[in-house]
Amino acid sequence: MLKIDALTKRFGDKTAVDAANITVDQPTMIGIIGRSGAGKSTLLRMVNRLSDATEGSITFEGEEITSLRGAARRDWQSRCAMIFQQFNLVPRMDVVSNVLHGTLNKRSTLATLFNLYPQADIHKAIEILDRLGIAEQAPKRAEALSGGQQQRVAIARALMQDPKIILADEPIASLDPMNAQVVMQSLRDIHEQDGRMVIANLHTLDTARRYCDRVIGMRDGRIVFDGTPEQLTTGVARDIYGAGSDFSEAATSTEIETLDRSAAEKAYA
Amino acid sequence: MSDATMTGPAQSVETIQSSYLAQVQRRRLYSGLALLVFVVLMASGFHIADDRNAGGFWDGLHQIGDYPADVLSEAWEKRTELPGLIGKYYPALIETINIAAVATLIGAVGGLFLSLLGTRGLAKWPRLIPLFRRISDVMRAVPEIVIALVLIFVLGGGPVPAMIAIAIHTAGALAKMFSEVAENADLKSVEGLASTGATWSQRMLLGVLPQVAPNYLSYTLLRFEINIRASAILGFVGAGGLGYELRNAMAWGPGRFDEAAAIFILLFGTIVFFDQVSSRYRNRLTEGQGQ
Repeated sequence: MLKIDALTKRFGDKTAVDAANITVDQPTMIGIIGRSGAGKSTLLRMVNRLSDATEGSITFEGEEITSLRGAARRDWQSRCAMIFQQFNLVPRMDVVSNVLHGTLNKRSTLATLFNLYPQADIHKAIEILDRLGIAEQAPKRAEALSGGQQQRVAIARALMQDPKIILADEPIASLDPMNAQVVMQSLRDIHEQDGRMVIANLHTLDTARRYCDRVIGMRDGRIVFDGTPEQLTTGVARDIYGAGSDFSEAATSTEIETLDRSAAEKAYA
Repeated sequence: MSDATMTGPAQSVETIQSSYLAQVQRRRLYSGLALLVFVVLMASGFHIADDRNAGGFWDGLHQIGDYPADVLSEAWEKRTELPGLIGKYYPALIETINIAAVATLIGAVGGLFLSLLGTRGLAKWPRLIPLFRRISDVMRAVPEIVIALVLIFVLGGGPVPAMIAIAIHTAGALAKMFSEVAENADLKSVEGLASTGATWSQRMLLGVLPQVAPNYLSYTLLRFEINIRASAILGFVGAGGLGYELRNAMAWGPGRFDEAAAIFILLFGTIVFFDQVSSRYRNRLTEGQGQ
């Protein structure tokens, strides 16, 4: 399905992503882990074509992505939704309008200017919001919502695009543990129920382990691990994070249970 | 936070959909009406303006290209003389730029003081903020050309009245822009300096100016560009420089259009040149040296 081949991105003399190879045969939920600055975001941004690759290619269902220009590139972007750490909504517009932005690729600028969305799309947007459990927030401004709710609006915008792939760039890094769980569970449900491919950058190991079918580890722009969560041993994790022997999984955790667990372990010790 | 676990009275999706749609339709009705009112006002306003116009818009429209065509054709016939004429008017150009430069410098200093004295949180005498604000309002409300005409009447023609006129307007305009930048300045360092017993001018100099300097310089450069244009126009009312020569060349009518063309070329070239230079420096100031 998706084939990333020797994908490289350089900023000046600094290599952010170094000859990354990833092949995905069927819709999978993939977690990319690594320290900040490891090149995770750059990789996702190249897949969405928000930024251009220096070298290498991305092919999706036989179609070359890296060379798309203009309308063809925007068409690809509409099929490959993206979710951001800081949600990237339009804060002063209402929630439904933000979700309807998922259809912009099909609308003319003039129709957008006068806010003329078809009634069917408005209905669909509210149904998606209902699926994510935030339909009641529909008429509110996006800025009035909590972080977790805003991220779900962003997911709704992504779903409105009806994409084949959803890319999530640190979707839970700005959220508290409870909201992080809700957002990750929504992404997991979307993957399981709709059969969409989800690629999420995560900086915590246990989230990747818990929600993903496949984990890719990056360090300094290179892919250093690619396998199932079971294959991800503490030794491999130390390698990905470049940490010493004092590294433990709980150190990167945002889960409440792990905090309880590590507190309990300390109590036993 | 109730957003993680969805509790509370759950409205049905249909209710939400229909109430949102009603809201959207109401909004569309309002914006449609606003658009209609706008179009009607524009159309009727144009008609009124056209009726009051001495010549008539539609009658005059086809003649719009006549004057430039005359100037261009005559200049093209005498194109061999153009370089000489450009050389002849070069000193007038320098005069125009000098007027603009001095006026910008004096105006920027005046604007700096007016802005610091008229910004909440920074002002030395907080009660006098409205006074300094009104002073800068008046300075920017009166057009340069009006001040220049009064000053020319008093001081006689020449570059000095033009310079003073532009400086006054610049001070008023920059005071407004500067104080908007200063309002957003971080006051923590000012407080820190105040805690050491620094005077007001020391606090402004060390606490505020380093923060706002790039923006201030950028606005001043923009103002310099505007002032070159203003200084050329003031020549029309007898303030010297390029505008004075241009008015003479235009007033003499056919026969001296080559001179008018030479002056237009000079003016256009100068404005393009300073526009390029200042936009380069403005970008460097706002984005930093690394770009």
